Amino acid sequence: MLQLNCPWCGPRDETEYHYGGQAHVPYPEDPSALADEEWAEYLFFRDNPKGPFAERWVHSVGCRRWFNVVRDTRTYEVLAVYTNTEPRPDLGMGVAAGGQR
Amino acid sequence: MAKQLPEHPAWLWRDPNPKSSYDAIVIGGGGHGLATAYYLARNHGLTNIAVLEKGWLAGGNMARNTTIIRSNYLWDESAAIYEYALKLWELLPAELDYDFLFSQRGVLNLAHTLQDVRDSVRRVEANRLNRVDAEWLEPDEVAKVCPIINVSPELRYPVLGATFQPRAGIAKHDHVAWAFARACDAMGVDIIQHCEVTGFVKDGNRVVGVDTTRGRINAGLVGLVAAGHSSVLAEKAGFRLPVQSHPLQALVSELYEPVHPTVVMSNYVHVYVSQAHKGELVMGAGVDAYNGYGQRGSFHVIERQMAAAIELFPIFARAHLLRTWGGIVDVTPDASPIIGATPVENLYVNCGWGTGGFKATPSAGWVMAHTMATGEPHELNRPFGLERFTTGALIDEHGAAGVAH
Repeated sequence: MLQLNCPWCGPRDETEYHYGGQAHVPYPEDPSALADEEWAEYLFFRDNPKGPFAERWVHSVGCRRWFNVVRDTRTYEVLAVYTNTEPRPDLGMGVAAGGQR
Repeated sequence: MAKQLPEHPAWLWRDPNPKSSYDAIVIGGGGHGLATAYYLARNHGLTNIAVLEKGWLAGGNMARNTTIIRSNYLWDESAAIYEYALKLWELLPAELDYDFLFSQRGVLNLAHTLQDVRDSVRRVEANRLNRVDAEWLEPDEVAKVCPIINVSPELRYPVLGATFQPRAGIAKHDHVAWAFARACDAMGVDIIQHCEVTGFVKDGNRVVGVDTTRGRINAGLVGLVAAGHSSVLAEKAGFRLPVQSHPLQALVSELYEPVHPTVVMSNYVHVYVSQAHKGELVMGAGVDAYNGYGQRGSFHVIERQMAAAIELFPIFARAHLLRTWGGIVDVTPDASPIIGATPVENLYVNCGWGTGGFKATPSAGWVMAHTMATGEPHELNRPFGLERFTTGALIDEHGAAGVAH
């Protein structure tokens, strides 16, 4: 089981959280202007890297707030935890490593 | 002095070095990859082909699944492709001349809530309209099919009934892979293990070969059949797939006398159990919620699954767990597979089977081979192309997929 360090509540077991998938996927600025391919991209296509991945978690049974985690999907090691208002930390892996688009 | 060891039995397939060029390459030496190569040779006469496997033959999800075979899916498109697979399963032991212990012992899909009952009865009716054998059983009938299930109304999640597909069952997964591999080899297919694809060679937007850990191999056609690693390879080829990779766990008990006559699945309390021919109870869990490639899952997922198993099968309470393991499943947004063309010319993909690809091994191979050989989808996989995520014609099988994801 993972242990994640909620930015507001501290370290808790994974079972207190729910997973939210890839982080930093903004809602389209002008949805009505999107082509079908762009809608498909927004709705269904997410990065799926083998390595560091910036992802969202929510502390469902605690403060119920969302935050971001960079986690290695090979080793499951948590590399960084940061709040929604903070930028993705530069872990020296470049943009491609974490799938920020 | 120790007795001399017996000779190794005859190898079922050669262990060739890769040639510099093939007419077609299949990436992935699991069940689907081997079935694709088999039908490329058998149905389309393509025998100058190779299967490239980064590890050992059928050592990925093929070695890790719970071997359940059934075709009781809700939508017409799914029922068609899974039922085609089941019909092929019924023919394959004779055709491949290999007894891989295909046992049509039936599958029960339990219902535990009123909504479960409604959904299940609807699925039975949909199955019947698609000529898939399906029955709705009341709790006392469930107990007749599988006497070790606790159908007491006192349970926290009582069994309110079940769907039953008598033609469903299990097969010995390793033997299925070996049977396909032997048949492929006999037709001249090169099965190349320990050969990882590291990149794609392209001429403009057309794939013309692959780079591997054993050198460059040219090919006019490439099929990507890599399950959990599909999106890693797709990225190397320059496109994205709408799949997310998750760890999925399974486990077996010690060997026991035959006590479990069928296959039981429960979506709601989340466990699925059969008993292998050797005697192990084979059980599957849910996926871990997060993306992962670690081929291991979380203990709390198994703990929850065991709680469900013991409530449903009190006889298991003292069973000893022997092994647990994890595989990496590639999950799509609609819990249906992706089989067809990719944005790269002459590169085709079969992926996204998520938690339930084993049962579809023969038909997935059949339609993938057709698609690669003719450049056009087979009628069975036409609805399962990548374009459905743009058109919106999704095939939502979360209800019938068996494992929540």
